[in-house]
This record gives sequence, C-alpha cells and structure tokens, in this order.
Amino acid sequence: MAADVVIVGAGIVGAACARSLALAGASVVVLDRGAAAAGTSAHGEGNLLVSDKGPGPELVLAQESLRRWAELSGELADELGPRFPSIEHDAKGGLVVVASAAGLTGLREFAAAQRAVGVDAVEVTGDQARELEPDLAPGVLGGVHYPQDAQVQPVAAAEALLASARRAGAVVRTGVEVTGPLLGADGRLTGVATTGGDVAAGAVVVAAGPWSGEVAERLGAWLPVRPRRGTVLVTIPMRERIHHKVYDGDYFAATQSAGAELQTSAVIESTRGGTVLIGSSREQVGFDERFRAEVLRQMARRAVAVFPFLAGTNVMRSYLGFRPYMPDHLPVVGADPALDGLWFATGHEGAGVGLAPATGDLLAAGLLGLDPAVDPAPYAADRPTLQALRPTPDVSDAQVTLGNRASDTSENAHEGARP
Amino acid sequence: MSGAPSRHVVVVGAGPAGLAAAHAAARAGARVTVLDSADVLGGQYWRHLPASRPAANERVLHHKWGTYRELARALHAHPAVTVVPSAQVWSLERLDDGVRLNVLVGEPDAAGREARTFEPDALVLAPGAHDRTLPFPGWQLPGVYSAGAAQALAKGERVAVGRRVVVAGAGPFLLPVASSLLRTGAAVVGVHEANGLGSLARGWLDRPWELVGAAGKAGELAGYVRELVRHRVPWRPGEAVVAAHGDGQVEAVTIARLDPRWTPVPGTERQVEADAVAVSHGFTPRLELAIAAGCALTPARFVVVDAAQATSVPGVWAAGELTGIGGADAALAEGAVAGTAAAGGDLRAAGAARTARARDRSRGFAARIEAAHGIRGGWVHWLRDDTVVCRCEETTYGRLREVVDLTGSRETRSVKLTSRAGLGPCQARMCGRTLQELLDDGGSGAGAPGPACEGPAPGVDRRPVVVPVRLGDLAALPAPSASPLDPSSSMTSLPTTSLSAASQPQET
Repeated sequence: MAADVVIVGAGIVGAACARSLALAGASVVVLDRGAAAAGTSAHGEGNLLVSDKGPGPELVLAQESLRRWAELSGELADELGPRFPSIEHDAKGGLVVVASAAGLTGLREFAAAQRAVGVDAVEVTGDQARELEPDLAPGVLGGVHYPQDAQVQPVAAAEALLASARRAGAVVRTGVEVTGPLLGADGRLTGVATTGGDVAAGAVVVAAGPWSGEVAERLGAWLPVRPRRGTVLVTIPMRERIHHKVYDGDYFAATQSAGAELQTSAVIESTRGGTVLIGSSREQVGFDERFRAEVLRQMARRAVAVFPFLAGTNVMRSYLGFRPYMPDHLPVVGADPALDGLWFATGHEGAGVGLAPATGDLLAAGLLGLDPAVDPAPYAADRPTLQALRPTPDVSDAQVTLGNRASDTSENAHEGARP
Repeated sequence: MSGAPSRHVVVVGAGPAGLAAAHAAARAGARVTVLDSADVLGGQYWRHLPASRPAANERVLHHKWGTYRELARALHAHPAVTVVPSAQVWSLERLDDGVRLNVLVGEPDAAGREARTFEPDALVLAPGAHDRTLPFPGWQLPGVYSAGAAQALAKGERVAVGRRVVVAGAGPFLLPVASSLLRTGAAVVGVHEANGLGSLARGWLDRPWELVGAAGKAGELAGYVRELVRHRVPWRPGEAVVAAHGDGQVEAVTIARLDPRWTPVPGTERQVEADAVAVSHGFTPRLELAIAAGCALTPARFVVVDAAQATSVPGVWAAGELTGIGGADAALAEGAVAGTAAAGGDLRAAGAARTARARDRSRGFAARIEAAHGIRGGWVHWLRDDTVVCRCEETTYGRLREVVDLTGSRETRSVKLTSRAGLGPCQARMCGRTLQELLDDGGSGAGAPGPACEGPAPGVDRRPVVVPVRLGDLAALPAPSASPLDPSSSMTSLPTTSLSAASQPQET
C-alpha cells in the first residue's frame, strides 16, 4: 500500500488533516489502531473557544478555526447530505462569571487584551449576566460575554471530516497499529510498518493525540507530548435552562497551568439531547483511568455554585479522556526537525476540536508548499521552547530512544515528588 | 476457622447470593456489612411486601421462602453483621491496595442522603442481573413490560400488569412470571418460548444424570408447569411475539413461529388480543462494580471466578448472576462459597466442601439454560426499519443502519454518539447488548488503549457512575481527609512511554 501521505490517528485532528490534504489533491491513508474518533475526540465536550485564550499564537489558530468551523458546518452538510449525523455546530456563545471583585478585575483586564486582538468580549454586570442566564447564582458579580464561543458534537464532526476526506479519495483503515518506520537509504522516513502491512508514503503525519509521543518513538523520533486527564459529567435530560457555555472564572487559570495536582473549574452547558455537560477537571496521572470520586465532588461543588438549581439534578454518567498536553501550551503543527519525512499535528490539549480545521489547513499548506492562512512559525516542532527539553542528542536512533525513556521517567519522578 | 475476627467483609446485594455470602462470612468469623439498595432484604428473587404492610402468606409467591426467613433472621441476629438497607453503591474506586465503595444511604429520590465510604478487607459482589428484552415493532407501547418488571409489580405490590397478558421470550424465568401473574388475578393468554423443542431437549435432556443434583430446581419448574396446566395456559415453544399493536396502549400482539435460529417463519403470524405483554429474553448481569474494580470478564460477559468464587482482582469475590445465570440454588451455593473464602475461612472444611459441590452442580444448570434458552441471531429478522431500538432516545433500527452506512463506523461508542442510541437515562442498560450485536462490534469499547486483561473489554457495560446521583449529593461529599489520593504516586512506576501502560480502561 502506498500514498502521498499517511496520517497516524483518526481523531478530529487526523480527520481534519486528511480532509485538507485530500481536497488539495494528495492521496491520503489514515491509520488508527482503534476505531475512528474513539480516543480523545470521543471523550471531551466539543468546545470551540476563544474565551479562554489570551493574545498569542493559540488564539490566532482558534480565531482562524472558528471561522473555518462556521464554513465547514455548511460545507459538510452540503457534501454529506441531510441524513448524515449533524455535527451540531452551535454558536451559542460563552459567559464567564465571577463572584469576587478581584476576580472581576482580573477577568476584565484579560478581556480588554482579547478585544485588542479582535475577540468579541462584552463586559456584563451581574444583572446582565442573569438576563443571559436567569438561573445563575445570586452571588455572581459580573463577567464577560463571548458571543463567538461555539461548539460541535466532536464524534459526529470527526466522522463528517473523515467521510468528506473519503469522498475526496482518502482511505481510512482502523484497527491497524503502527509498529515502526520504513526508512530510505538516505535515512528519510518513507512510510510506516503496521500490524496490517507496510504503508509507503512520501510523508508521515503523527496525529495520535496523547499517544503521539509513543508513535514518534516507534518511528525513531521524539516529541514531549503527555497525557492530561479530564473528566466530564452528564446529567439526565431536562428542559433547557442553560443557554450558553457558562464558565466560572477559574477555568482560565486551569487551562494555563502546568500543575500535576487535580484542578477543577466549572464549564456548564446544555446539549441538543437535553443533557447538561459539566466539565472540567485536569490531572496529570499518566494514562491512569481509575475513577476518582474526589474529582466529581469538586466539579459538582463548582457547578452548583454557579447554577444552584443543579443541586437537584441527577448525574447519569461520567467519562474521562486524555488530552495531549505540551509543556509550552502550544500545539505542534509542522515537520520534525530531526527525521526527514515526519510531520506532527498534535498537542492541542483540550482544544483539539476547536483548533482542528486550522490545524488541518496549516499542515496541508506546509506539506504541499501552499500559502498558509496563519504564520506557521509558532507551532513549528523545532521551536526553542520544545527543543530545550530534547534529551542530549545521540548519534544512533536506539540511543535517542533510550534517552527519551530516561527523560520521561525523570519527569515523572519529579512530579511524584511534588507535594 | 482461620478468619481473623477483625476481617471486614462487605457484601453488595441482598438477594440469595448476597445473603448466603454474608451468612457464610459471619460464620467464618468475619465482621460483615451488607449493602442493598432496597429497603428490605431478599433482592428480586424474594421481593416481598415490607413488614409495615405484611401479606397473609408470602410463601405462596416465593420459592424457598423458608430459606429466606432463616437467612434474614440469622443475619439480623448476628452481632458481627450490619445490614444497611437503602444503600446505593454509586461508585467504586480502585485504590493501590484495595477498593473503596462510595455509598449513599436513604431514599433514592430524597435530597441529602448520607454519604458513607467502605474500604473493606474483602468485597463480595452479588448485585444480580436485570432482564434483557430484545426489541420488536411496538415494544415501546405502554403495556409492554419486561418480565422482571411484571414480576416485581406482582411480588412487591401485588399488582398485575394487565387483565389479558401474553408472556413471551426465552428461558425458565417465563414460568414463575406467568405464575405470579396468575396469582395476582391476571389471565395469561399464553407463554411463548422462542426456542423450539429441539433446542430445549438438547439443552435439558443431554446428560440427564447431571440433573439429579439439581432436582430441586427441576421440581420448582415442574410445579410452575402444573400450575399453567391447571389454569389452561398454553405453553408454546418455538414462538415469539414479533410485534405489539395498539393506539397509545397495547391492544394486540402478533405471534409467529420461529425456526431454530429464531427467524420468524413466514405465514405463521397470528394476532392475539391482549392488554399487556411481559417479555424477557434472558438476563444481563449488573457488571458496573466488577468492571470498576477491574475484574476480568468471560467471552459471554460474566465475571471470571475461580473455584473459590474469587475474581481476577485480589480481595474481590463474586457470586450469583454476576458469574452466570443459574437460578437461586446456584446463587445460594456460590454466595456461601464466596462468603467463606472472603472471610478467610477454610473451603476444605466439610460444610464448605459440600456447598462447593452444590455450586458445581448448579453451574451445570446454568450451562443448560444457555444451551436450551440462549438468544439466537435470527431475531433481527423481526425488526423493521421503523422499529425503535433505543427507547430512551427513540433511535430506530433503520437510522442505526443508515448511520453505520454513512459513517462507515461499526464501533459501538461512535455509533452511539452519532445515532444517539444508548445515550438516554437508562444508559444502554436496555439496548447496549442489542446495539453491540446489531453492529457486530466485539465490544472493543474505546479505540484508545487496548486492555491488557484477557477477555472482552467492558464496552457498553462500563458505567463508573453506577446509579444516578444528584449533583447536590456529590457536592456534599466529605472532602478527603488528610492528603487526598496522590494522583501521581500510582503512576510513577508505570512507563508512560509504553502503550501498554494505557491499559485497564475504565471509561468509554
């Protein structure tokens, strides 16, 4: 089997890359060791947010992506027909609320900086916030309304992008796991060996979310992406009482943090199915999937503090997923500096669904030599903030691999020792 | 007895298996706590009116009522046994050196339930099963009941689900359901068993000498059959209810003959008037706690246990329908073995060895039930495109097939999220197995890390929040004392660079 590009990972980011590349004329094979859209993409909320991003490259990518999602909503429906499951694109807007004067001051300074770079960020008083969301707690002092915040149903969105890519000629193979590199005589990556046979390709894109570090290692490369665990609660269906994405002011602090300790904040919204989704938690516990009641306790406390009526609402399900966390809080979209032929599209942490369309376009532009919609430099794999973490380079691949292990172990040991 | 007096055994479930386990554990010297979500002991099998409004003679409605009375009396009288009724185990946490049960005590609908946690030395899981109903056109109409619900109403409330009731499905459970309905005053139009005489004979008459040990069970079933005969209720093997009809309520059902693969035989359909249908095609074990604990499952999706009823997880035992559908005799024997072993008692002692032999005989009985009454794949032929598959979300069979066709995905979780089947309040308890069979998905669950344990992945049976919990109750949980679980401590020994470290998934 051969293709111009092989993409490892059939989640939302791999799907977006596949579609952008296939529409640009490349022949594409997407591989996933599990099912499509079944890992990180299936275990989040489908947030398309600008509200939680300060001025900088991530916001630039988010703004471009928001624009693209709005277009895609129509494009995909036209392409795939009315019977295809809806991606449920909904520009419902976000509302960040705080209950303390200090919190309000900080939030407004943040919003002012966002406004300066084109984000719609409207300051609201407590009463105005309660006009937007009548069931807010009486203690809410005010907040900021972000009309641009939106959402999609992430699994339907990933399936739609994949279906669209397939219409453009892409091939999606699930249940196929990458086991190693195919290398040319010059050391260039020329494809991947898999449990389903070799797949030769002009370029290999790793879009395997939190598992991207492992895939990179199997290919003889290095990427400091790590899993960060997040939990979501789902209530039983009810009459819609929550109209926006509503966050408590702590959400921003948690997204910007590198701490390994459990962090929670309230991110609350209704879905089309009538359920209310409640996020979010962040823990760095590796790929540990064990249930923790303490996470639910903290999330419930925050949610009830924002919407007191939720105290009487039943949670019927919780699920957790692993987000691809980068130490410098920026995704990696671009060529690997050490292994020719290897590309990355990963490291979006909890923002992968929101950033997927712009990521796909940027990756395709870089790979095919097209004009990028945004400056690719900040997301490059060779950026100094990442390369400073690279283990001491060794000459042989085997030694590089060993170096990786040592590096990860020492980092874990460091975190384990943290109080 | 080698059980240390301070050894604390928690038993979840107070049906035959749980009560027998608690009794045996106490006899072996353990301190025992019994948790059950109902307000009285007995489980579904011995569901009865509460003491506050006792029936004249519960014995009429219950087999082995004497056994229940003895067990309940012994447990209430034993100083080392604590029974906690109305106790909902809403989650189980796997700690580095055992498990923690998170329990809410009080009426499920009441606010402010008391939160309790248990970190037992040994855990016996005996939560039982709920009955499984295959979809058929019209099954969402009022008047269609699961046989278990019909049985519970008859036993617990003395209410018949209708005046003219059709009982249908597969398995010996149909007989006691028909019996309960008769005793609460309903007319049972017929009992329709999907498997034909051929399958039934192969299941029940193969190696008949093995049945000698299960004579009690055979006698119980024979009693039900005599009762049907006395009431002139026809028992029809090789037939199924393939549709229910009515305007807002069941008014009639279509019954058809089935071939040995359960495919309806064309031209055999006949319509029968009825105002209620009680349907059961078997049982689905309540696997939530076992999966949360990390217990390995068999290919048929029961909990794997050894001769001592120990699961693959140290410190966790399982008994009753969690390990196979063998009826109350099997559950009592398994419970006794599990309770003895969990308490650290000696299984080679005379009494325990006798119990273990009884358990082995009952296991043969469970295999016969599966051979005689197990679900065969031809049932999908009675579905139509407009047949509702998931009643919570009203997803039809046609939509399910369309979504699979459009997305090219047959993985259950993905199809659930794109078709909405299985996402409603019952959390796929009703339709999860059906979805997996219709999708021909082996239950791989998430595409993310394959489990390192043997057997199937938990798939649709994984529900970390075991029962719905109010956010107010969650918010009011006590904060962890001292330092909370150190989130990183348990992972430092695992290589995060290895995909195998991503095993033991607990979520889908």
